[in-house]
Amino acid sequence: MSLIKVVGLHQRYGEREVLENISAEVDRGEVLALIGPTGAGKTTLLRLIDLLETPTSGKIYFDGVDVTEYGKVRLEARRRMAFVLQKPAVFNASIYDNIAYGLRWRGKKRGDIKEKVNNILEIVGLSSDKSRNARTLSGGEVQRVAIARAIAIEPEVLLLDEPTANLDPISISEIEELISRVMLEYDTTIIMATHDMAQGQRLAKRIGVLIDGKILQTGEPREVFNSPQNREIAEFVGVENIINGVIISNDEGVAAIDIGGNVIQAISDYTIGEEVCACVRPEDITLTLSKVQSSARNSFVGKITRLVSIGSITRIEIDCGFQLIALVTKKSAEELNLERSRQVYATFKATGVHVIRRVN
Amino acid sequence: MSEIWQGFIKAIELIVSLDPEVVEIAGRSLAVSVTSTLLASVICIPLASLIHFHNFHGKRILINIIQTFFSIPTVAVGLFVFVLFSRAGPLGGFGIIFTPTVMVIGQILLITPILLGLTISALSGVDKAVVDTALSLGASNFQAIGVVLREARHAVVAAVTMGFGRAISEVGVALMVGGNIRGFTRVITTAISLETSKGELELAMALGIILLCIALIVNIALNRIQQR
Repeated sequence: MSLIKVVGLHQRYGEREVLENISAEVDRGEVLALIGPTGAGKTTLLRLIDLLETPTSGKIYFDGVDVTEYGKVRLEARRRMAFVLQKPAVFNASIYDNIAYGLRWRGKKRGDIKEKVNNILEIVGLSSDKSRNARTLSGGEVQRVAIARAIAIEPEVLLLDEPTANLDPISISEIEELISRVMLEYDTTIIMATHDMAQGQRLAKRIGVLIDGKILQTGEPREVFNSPQNREIAEFVGVENIINGVIISNDEGVAAIDIGGNVIQAISDYTIGEEVCACVRPEDITLTLSKVQSSARNSFVGKITRLVSIGSITRIEIDCGFQLIALVTKKSAEELNLERSRQVYATFKATGVHVIRRVN
Repeated sequence: MSEIWQGFIKAIELIVSLDPEVVEIAGRSLAVSVTSTLLASVICIPLASLIHFHNFHGKRILINIIQTFFSIPTVAVGLFVFVLFSRAGPLGGFGIIFTPTVMVIGQILLITPILLGLTISALSGVDKAVVDTALSLGASNFQAIGVVLREARHAVVAAVTMGFGRAISEVGVALMVGGNIRGFTRVITTAISLETSKGELELAMALGIILLCIALIVNIALNRIQQR
């Protein structure tokens, strides 16, 4: 039996429908990331699961018990969970007291609280600051206190809303490391919302894509990343080449897609005449200066129109009659002496093309 | 000018010599006002939380009305309580008119709007995320309200201080329903009023200074609580 189950959840604020018909199940010990752009309804869904709000319609079950409506069961269920808000408030008290609050509310003994809190302070590396007022902490430290407070109560379910939003890169990796430790040491069920696709991939075993109040796809990170089910998801998960076309032949699973003059070969079961999008991840495209013999079925010649370096990666836009975007390492871009208006061959495999049916 | 100076000297004399009548009057002032402030706080802080944490029709209007009553004249409250508790009044049967008890009731009514209004605004000043954070860490609704009150403690104590200040400094209620009976309902403010009309300006001024000293001591005490 799943630990958390939501069925047909709708949430409306006035005229605005924030969540539409959300159904999902999360098993004990599972780590689920809800990914989606800002404003997609991730926070609202987490608030409903944590029982901070009641849905306009639909049902919420916690450990098999219907906790949708007000009542004592809601407090009991909420006490088995902990929710780290996107912008957590720290209480105007010491770091120690901030962490101890949740335990005090549960009526734990003073001695047990002390032992527990000191242990948690050790884990999150705030032992030396424990009597400092939490109001004086920096953003990254506040987030650490917020997570410490949450894990101190040893929740069965830990809900995290954008745990690393607005943090600097060092704090982000610290927080991610902390979350990973919690996953390993406590075997906690975790549901986290993030707009950072890569973070979802790093931490979660299953991903749910939430766009415009609807869960559009769930699956393992690899699956969502490599085989997005529609154009919106493809765009969100970083597929930069999404090319419209029509299938003109299909030879035992190798389809030819006419994209207006050029033909892309892809592995797909769609039949002739189907209107599709061909999705090619920019990192799957290799660039060469001359035509090479390879098993890759797709090779196009074109001129470089733009180069942008992002850290050690160079993003290259190529006009092959249609636009292709490729990512190469800065080093190989320099070795190939890539520059604007230089002619290059862009090559990718038929298996590197993910085909999505277009819905109008 | 010399009267102020003489009043000051007299005040020091009265305080240093612990003049029995002055001590008695000052003690009664303090007792009546502290009692009314404590009782009003016990009523108003939970009531203000109730108003703040519930959404209902007319909430804005209710708060506006409460704020309007900040400036109700003390004599108006005095009159209202007098009419209520006078022998022929609807609550006359209690027979408490011209007693310290009814003075306490009058002062509670007088400072209730201030305590309610300022506590509500103190609670509104607390970050909305505090309630959600508390609930998400497993607080019950009551525990969450407790946290918000704790977060707002400085402003809540300030509200109580304001209430006490208005209670101890008012003369309308104490005079009209207390009656300024010597040794029974006479408090500092009513005594000042009487001594002034008798021409005993030095004594009146001395009492005024003592009133300020009491206010100072109470404020220091409340500040101590605030800083904890």
